[in-house]
Order: sequence, then structure tokens, then C-alpha cells
Amino acid sequence: MSEYLILIYGDEAAMEAGGQQLWDELMAGHNAFGTKHESALRGGNALQPKGTATSIRYDGDRALVTDGPFAETKETLGGYYLVEAKDLDEAIGIAKDVPAPNGGVEVRPVMVFD
Amino acid sequence: MLAATVRVARDLDLAEECAQDAFARALTAWPQTGVPARPGAWLTTVARRRALDELRRETVLRRSLPLLVDDATVASVEDELVAADEIPDDRLRLICTCCHPALSRDAQVALTLRLVCGLTTAEIARAFLVAEPTMAARITRAKKKIAAARIPYRVPPVDELPARIDAVLDVVHLLFTTGHTAPAGADLVRCDLVERSLDLARMLRTLLPDDADVAGLLALVLLTDARRATRVRADGSLLLLDEQDRTRWDRGEIEAGVSLVRDALRRRPPGRFALQAAIAAVHGEARRWEDTDWREIVALYDLLVQVWPSPVVALNRAVAVGMASGPAAGLAAVDALGDEPALAAYPYAAAARADFLRRLGRSEQARSAYEEALMLTTNEVERAFLLRRLGELDG
Repeated sequence: MSEYLILIYGDEAAMEAGGQQLWDELMAGHNAFGTKHESALRGGNALQPKGTATSIRYDGDRALVTDGPFAETKETLGGYYLVEAKDLDEAIGIAKDVPAPNGGVEVRPVMVFD
Repeated sequence: MLAATVRVARDLDLAEECAQDAFARALTAWPQTGVPARPGAWLTTVARRRALDELRRETVLRRSLPLLVDDATVASVEDELVAADEIPDDRLRLICTCCHPALSRDAQVALTLRLVCGLTTAEIARAFLVAEPTMAARITRAKKKIAAARIPYRVPPVDELPARIDAVLDVVHLLFTTGHTAPAGADLVRCDLVERSLDLARMLRTLLPDDADVAGLLALVLLTDARRATRVRADGSLLLLDEQDRTRWDRGEIEAGVSLVRDALRRRPPGRFALQAAIAAVHGEARRWEDTDWREIVALYDLLVQVWPSPVVALNRAVAVGMASGPAAGLAAVDALGDEPALAAYPYAAAARADFLRRLGRSEQARSAYEEALMLTTNEVERAFLLRRLGELDG
């Protein structure tokens, strides 16, 4: 078995425009996902909007702390799940069930150090 | 044989090494013991056994060394070995892995040529006109992703199979079209790529005899390739369908293609390869250019545009309309495609307009359309053809 991180990306503006109804649908979707894949789930969190993000970059040895997410794109990282799966196909199968109405998800294998 | 070994080795580099090792052992052993009754099985067994030994050794190493890539345990590998004798399944498994959607299209093509067709990295680099280190890096990157992300070696489950086979067919079709009209360079046809895609299409047909899309693709490759010998003059210059010597078309390939088309068209609605093959079959069955049934071809394009709404298909349909109903209708059909952005840089769009304008006697407009097509064409044989047409205007 391997662990995979499922990164959830979405358009925050579209999320806000959807209002309470979209929010409720999304929460119901995540609850259903959690129930369906309970045995594979190893962790997960929703993240605060990108306005709360702070990035730190390095210019030589100097750390530059700036406001905002690392990459300014339309879809931003909004949350993640950590799941266990036997291979990439199984992980993709799980990831397809993650609600991501205004964006999509990225699946990344977790590196193992024995 | 490589396919069967990969499944045991779980690592493409290791499997390649084991396969080569098995061949080397055969060279020493067979002169003394005689060639075994089933040489293929002998080689596969030797290669697999070697792969298992390597894995066992590696597992011991792993206890003391931190490894970046996690791998299957030897125990589960041995379980699988029991069921590892269905060679056809192994080949399908290997090609599905090479064409996995988590790999880039470039990587899918390169891996398929390397592992399913057995081409060397140098040969693949030459076929795609890239430097060998570039191709080597591309293949290494893809293999690393297979190992690190654990892309499984298996035939996808039934519900995913059609989508996965589509990706495989796309790769084979891309190989064929790249070989059939090389995107750049001095030769029109890259025979090596055409031959490899033909091999792959035949292999898929053997593995999936009931799949209509597979039948359609093999038919398309056969029917298009049947014209290979007649597409250029002895000096290498381009010959169009109306100029080709049809007595030199490969009748065997045409007949095989036509019978596959019948098979492929049985499915409703017919798939895109089946329809493209049906169009090629109409050409193949016309003994003279004048006998071409253009109305049938337009009707087939009408269906093709529905299942495959691509601007290039729409352009080909417009050209067929011009053949069926005259250059004015053809020009109108091309112009109706308007400012389709995908066609803006597509040399065949400008070339089609140029040809209709030439036949309508509108030389000045034809000239500028030919010049536009020339700016967009990088294949030398096609450039020479366009220059010839340009020279004939008002000539």
C-alpha cells in the first residue's frame, strides 16, 4: 500500500458567488466522500481562503516574507486528503469522488523513507 | 517476453536488463543443449527467475538503505508468478501501462516504442527528430513516474477499459500519422514508424478481437498505408490521390482493410477510426480517380464530424464537398469554417483554399493562399509541391 495526497484546487470567487447553497452542497459532498472512503482516509483538512496565505521565498540567504499564496492562479489550494491506496489507479478512483466543483484535484504519491 | 518479465520485476529497467541477460544465456546454453521446444517460454522463465533473484537481493538491501521508491514485496510478486503465463494478457497490460493517462502523450509514445516495440532510445530520438539525451531523459522521467506513483501493471477493469483503450489507440494512430507524413525533414514517409504502428494495431486486434475501434484503427492504417509506394515520384516529390498509379496500390492491404471496415461499422454509432477507414476504403476501391464516389465520402464525413467534431475533420469534409459539387461549393465550405483558430496555423487549410481558387481561375487570390500555405509547411516534400503549384499559376 502507498499513501497519496489529494490536493483540492478551486476558484474561490466562484465558491463565494455560489453562496450558502453551494457551501451546503459541498459539505454534504465531503461528508459522503468521508463515509464512502473511510477505510482509505488517513487525514485531511480544509484550508482558509488564499487571502490568509503568507509565502516565504529565498533570495540567496535572505528570507522574503510576502502576502499571498505561492503561485497566483485562478484555482487555489483549498484543502487536502491523505489516503492510502494500493496503486495510482486506486488513488485516482478515490480522488474522482472528491467534490471539486470549481476546479479539480491533484494526486501526489507520498515519498517513503524506510 | 519483456511484458511478462516486467510484471515480475515491477521495474522496467530491471526487466529490460533481465531480458537481455536471458538472451545472453541462451547464446551460451543453446549451442550445447539444443534449442528448447518453446524458446520464447524458456527465455521468459530465465528472465523472470533473474528478476525474482534481483528483487530478493534488493529487499535485503532495502532493510539497511533508505530507498526513495517504494516497491512491491517479493511475496506478492511470487503470488502473481503463479498466474503469469497468459502472454497475450501481459502484452495488453504492458501497453496499457505505457499509455496510462497519468503519463504525458510524448512519454506514452516513447515508452510504447521502447518497451512494446523494442526500439532503442537512439532510434526513437531519430524518429521524432530530437536529441538522444532529450529522449533518454523523457523515457527515464516516465519510468520514474511509473515507479514512484505506482502506476499499476494491469489490464484496467472493464468499466475503465474503453477509455484506456482509446488512449492506446490514440498513441498508435499518432505514431502512424507521424510516420505517414513526417512533420518535418526531407522524407515524406518514416517507414519505421509506419511499420511499428502497423505491428501495434495488429497486436491489439489479436488481443481484442471484438473491439470495433481496434478493427477500425487497423483498417485505417492498412487502407492508408496501401498507398505508401505511390505517394512520391522517384525524385521524392509529392503525388496527390489523382496522380497516383493505382495499379501499384497494395491490393492485399486494401482487401484486408475493407473487410475490417465492414466489421468495425457494425457498431452503432460507428466510431471515428471506423469512419475514417471507411473513407479510405472508398478511395481504395476506386480503380481510377474519376471513379471516386465523392458523395459517399461527403456522407461519411458528415457522420465523422458528429462523432469527432474537430476543425481538421471539418476541413477535410469541405475538400470532399469541393470534389463532389465543384470548386465554388468547396471554397464556400472552407470559408464557412471562418476564423477557426485551430486552422489558422494549419497549412492544409490555406492549401485547400488555394486549390479551389486556382480551379476557379482566381489566380491572384490563389497565389496569396499558396504563399500562406508555404509559410506554414515544414515538410520539404510538401513545400516542393506547393512551390510547383505556385509556379504553374498563370504559367
